[in-house]
Amino acid sequence: MTALESPAKPAGTSAPSPTSRRGRRRRATALAPRDKLVLGLMLGVPSLLHLALVWVPALGSVGLSFSSWDGIGGFADIEWVGFRNYVDIFTRYPRFWPALQHNLIWLLFLLVVPTVAGLLLAVLLDRQLRFGRIYQSALYLPMVLSLALVGFIWQLIYQPEHGLLNNVLGTASTDPVNWLGDPDINLYAVLVAAGWRHTGYVMLLYLAGLKSVDPALKEAAALDGANAWQTFFRVTFPVLRPVNVVVLVVTVIEGLRAFDIVYVINKGRNGLELLSVLVTDNIIGESSRIGWGSALAVVLLLISLGFIVTYLFQVFREEERT
Amino acid sequence: MTRFSASPHPLLGRRALLKAIVAGAGVAAVPGLAACGSDGGGAATDAVSFGNNQSDQVPKDAITAVLKAFEGESGLKVAINTKQHEQYQEQINNYLQGKPDDVLSWFAGYRMRFFAEKGLTGDLSEVWSKVSGGYEPALKEASTASDGKQYLIPFVQYPWGVFYRKSVWRQRGYEQPKTLDELVALSTRMQADGLVPIAFAQKQGWPGMGTFDQLNFRINGYRFHVDLMAGKEDWQGPKVREVFDTWKRLLPFHQENALGREWQEAAQALQQGKAGMYLLGSFVAQQFKGPDLDDLDFFPYPEINPEHGQDTVEAPIDGFMMSRKPGNPEGARKLLEYLSTPAAQLAYLKADPSQIPTSSKADTSGYTPLQKKSAQVIKDAAHVTQFLDRDTDPRFASDAATNGLNAFLQNPDDLDSILKGMADQAKTIFSE
Repeated sequence: MTALESPAKPAGTSAPSPTSRRGRRRRATALAPRDKLVLGLMLGVPSLLHLALVWVPALGSVGLSFSSWDGIGGFADIEWVGFRNYVDIFTRYPRFWPALQHNLIWLLFLLVVPTVAGLLLAVLLDRQLRFGRIYQSALYLPMVLSLALVGFIWQLIYQPEHGLLNNVLGTASTDPVNWLGDPDINLYAVLVAAGWRHTGYVMLLYLAGLKSVDPALKEAAALDGANAWQTFFRVTFPVLRPVNVVVLVVTVIEGLRAFDIVYVINKGRNGLELLSVLVTDNIIGESSRIGWGSALAVVLLLISLGFIVTYLFQVFREEERT
Repeated sequence: MTRFSASPHPLLGRRALLKAIVAGAGVAAVPGLAACGSDGGGAATDAVSFGNNQSDQVPKDAITAVLKAFEGESGLKVAINTKQHEQYQEQINNYLQGKPDDVLSWFAGYRMRFFAEKGLTGDLSEVWSKVSGGYEPALKEASTASDGKQYLIPFVQYPWGVFYRKSVWRQRGYEQPKTLDELVALSTRMQADGLVPIAFAQKQGWPGMGTFDQLNFRINGYRFHVDLMAGKEDWQGPKVREVFDTWKRLLPFHQENALGREWQEAAQALQQGKAGMYLLGSFVAQQFKGPDLDDLDFFPYPEINPEHGQDTVEAPIDGFMMSRKPGNPEGARKLLEYLSTPAAQLAYLKADPSQIPTSSKADTSGYTPLQKKSAQVIKDAAHVTQFLDRDTDPRFASDAATNGLNAFLQNPDDLDSILKGMADQAKTIFSE
């Protein structure tokens, strides 16, 4: 259990304190050795785990993306090829551009549809409807299921001959729509399933936000003669700003890591390609193209970084202003 | 945001948290420790470990029975390690580099050679020198890597062909087509009779490869198949083009929406008499029971180019390899020797008579008519191929080939860009 002993060392250095040097030293000595150990473990263990499980693999992927390697043998067997993987992926990998496009559609869809739907449901539920709790639970329930399970459920709905949807539409016996098999529509069919699950999450976040809005604000608005729309858009919604940020972050994460639902449906082929699927296809398997798959992963990482950097930039600018 | 900040929680006290961290660290440390474990240690000399990819109940019981028989005969113990069939294939790379079992299931052809050439599996030429009398030369060739040594003990084999129901054909007066034109004529007739001429499924990604292979070696011959699979021929060239053009001509006779269907469902269409023919491996018989099974028959794919006739048959071979450092090398060799015997192979095939033994010494008197025909078709062939995904680089098969064929089935008119995509990927993969 060396993992437990080693992190005790950085304890003193990593104990954070915004105050001056002297203050920090005095404060550090004020801690009992036992507390120091506990603090060290609490900060050191997660830091080490984070370093080992997040940063090392991430930087490793970036490094390997410049190589051609089948995963067999040691480092000596790795052949370095510079940017060739990237050039090949961008110019001659037929699955790449569709996957990128699908990822962006996925992201846009999740940002718009479940967010709006979730907000609407939250506002409705916030009005103390009768049976509100039941609706709330029912709408949140899909979120409890894993996305893979959601994939199974919706496959039953979308099945061409025996599925619910075609039977309700009355097309099952005549001309069933192949919802998941037709590459022109299956992405949207899957997005409905993914959105179904995500809506509940967004709804809950907004509901929590709405409960925290000071009723006095609404009262004041009403006294000033604002109607319901004006109250919502001018008063309530601006107060919800922190929740918006949470929803945005959660949605971007959900959108970019989407994988399980399409993998369950058809291994992410035939119109359901996503970058995460391409990474998996190339890295896991009988003989892997570690370099190629890593390069794809780096592309996904860069897209994620684009969103994260924008977000952080906004937050910091906000902080500077205040 | 403040709403989400932590409040003191009864379950998240300092102690509970610490415990959780320790537990978490422990869990995280376990795989790391396991990976550092000693290589190939721990196996006693009276035991052999066996990596099994036959995860379905029936074949699993069959292989277990075979290994039990070996235990009785040799006095060695066999530890069976069964993994889900598809998963086994996906993990083979890591499996072979970790601590593989002494004897393990695998396939002949490029798929075997790839790992043999990387030095991940054991040389079996010594075992082969003892068992070679039981095998035809073609089987030895399929078990040999480029260094001239053998790395696989063949076990069972099954041919690909066009399957049909005798009763349906007799009733309608259909006859086996000998050429492509006859196949087209027959298909047209079936369509007029209200049948789907050719059952087809491509959801799993590989069945369509069988169609491609048949068309390819009927049109361009065995040698071209081998060279194309080895990355030595151009996917954009006129020969491959002709294969796809022929396929395009036949596509209207294939069952629609193949991309959304699994091969078992297509086999059901044949079984129910809704489809007239089905091009697949003889394992299609697994979907037929009792009298239906007796009603099943097949013929080799019709001739397209008279120069090659019907000289090639696709007949994948399943067999066993030895790990590179077996814990019990002597026992592993003994087991492999045993698995090459007709007795072991026939015992296994009792559970799955859709395949045939690879040993030429096997007693054929107990064969079903289908097995007799399978054996005959393979024997008559001048060349035996494995299968697209067993004859080429797995990196090409799993990604470029699967998706290329899918794209073709989705959009047959888009052939130029599809072939360009496949050719480009073949170039990058085979030059790596």
